[in-house]
Amino acid sequence: MNKELFLTFLKIGGFTLGGGAAMVPMMEKEIVLKHQWLSKEEFLDIYAVSQATPGIFAVDMASHIGYKIGGVKSGIIAALGVVVPSIVIILAIAIVFSQFKDNPWVEAFFKGVRPAVVALLAVPIFSMARSARITWANCWIPIASTLLIWLCGVSPAWIILIAGLGGFLYGLYLNKKQ
Amino acid sequence: MIFLKLFLVFSYIGLFNFGGGYAMLSFIQQEVVQKEGWLTESEFTDIVAISQSTPGPIGINCATYTGYTAVVNDGYPWWMGILGSILTSISVLWLPFIVMIWVSKLLLHYKDHLVTQSIFRVLRPAIIGLLASAALSLMNTENFGVPLQNPVQFSISIVIFAVVFSGMYMRKLNIIYTTFSCGLLGILLYGVLGL
Repeated sequence: MNKELFLTFLKIGGFTLGGGAAMVPMMEKEIVLKHQWLSKEEFLDIYAVSQATPGIFAVDMASHIGYKIGGVKSGIIAALGVVVPSIVIILAIAIVFSQFKDNPWVEAFFKGVRPAVVALLAVPIFSMARSARITWANCWIPIASTLLIWLCGVSPAWIILIAGLGGFLYGLYLNKKQ
Repeated sequence: MIFLKLFLVFSYIGLFNFGGGYAMLSFIQQEVVQKEGWLTESEFTDIVAISQSTPGPIGINCATYTGYTAVVNDGYPWWMGILGSILTSISVLWLPFIVMIWVSKLLLHYKDHLVTQSIFRVLRPAIIGLLASAALSLMNTENFGVPLQNPVQFSISIVIFAVVFSGMYMRKLNIIYTTFSCGLLGILLYGVLGL
């Protein structure tokens, strides 16, 4: 079972482009429909919890699915399955690329790529703003956290801690009012 | 002792990484580029480009690449770099794994509770700030060229940025094709034409 679990996640990790969110449909197909290791409801619960816990989303999903199926050992095996293709591919690229880093053609290639990367990073800000329901009432939160990190050099960890604590206290206040 | 430091920094990054691979980039940038100086700004940007264009979670791709490059930049041979990359990949995973085992039952039980929902209602907007600060910090002269010293490169960079941003925003461009097209454009403009 663990071998099959490992191979399934190896496939998911090795063949999905576009990061963790792109892996969810393939995970659902493999885990819920094909192998029927989990029910659709269990899968959706894991999806919700993985979004709410720290860590890399796809790995959280994998380890949680494995854990639910067969305990801690299966959790570790599933997580390894999903990361091994990444590590191997990236290592191969890193080793080759470090030999050619100072090659003028490679440098020319990346001179063209770098501004595009910054643009590709800027777009998710706006799509995430939509799904996080930013309104006039709460738009100060992303603005303040941007300025604190970017201009004041505050660690993003503080932003996470303060926002989490703020939300917790606000929730307690709302709860009391009810 | 770079290996111990890599372990600590990436464990810390893993523990506080909410909101996906892109949010993690602001941690890597602050800890790895600005504080420790293991990577230059342009190396970091190249790593993001490669991480986006290869299979797998962007956070793991980025951690692996950073581990290798940081160790090699520190003067170690390439096979020590492999150890470094495996170390960073595992460092970024182990704390979230423990949190998941402890917290998952609790979270499932309370996921519809007012307090839990309130936490995420504040946390999600704050995470957008993490993304925005990473993007803003990357708008620098290493990635765009120095405006007065090299106005040609700077103008080309601005055009590439504007075209990719609007193209990606309005209709979902394929990230890999976009990255490669811009790279080929770079080879044509900077390599062949020698701008």
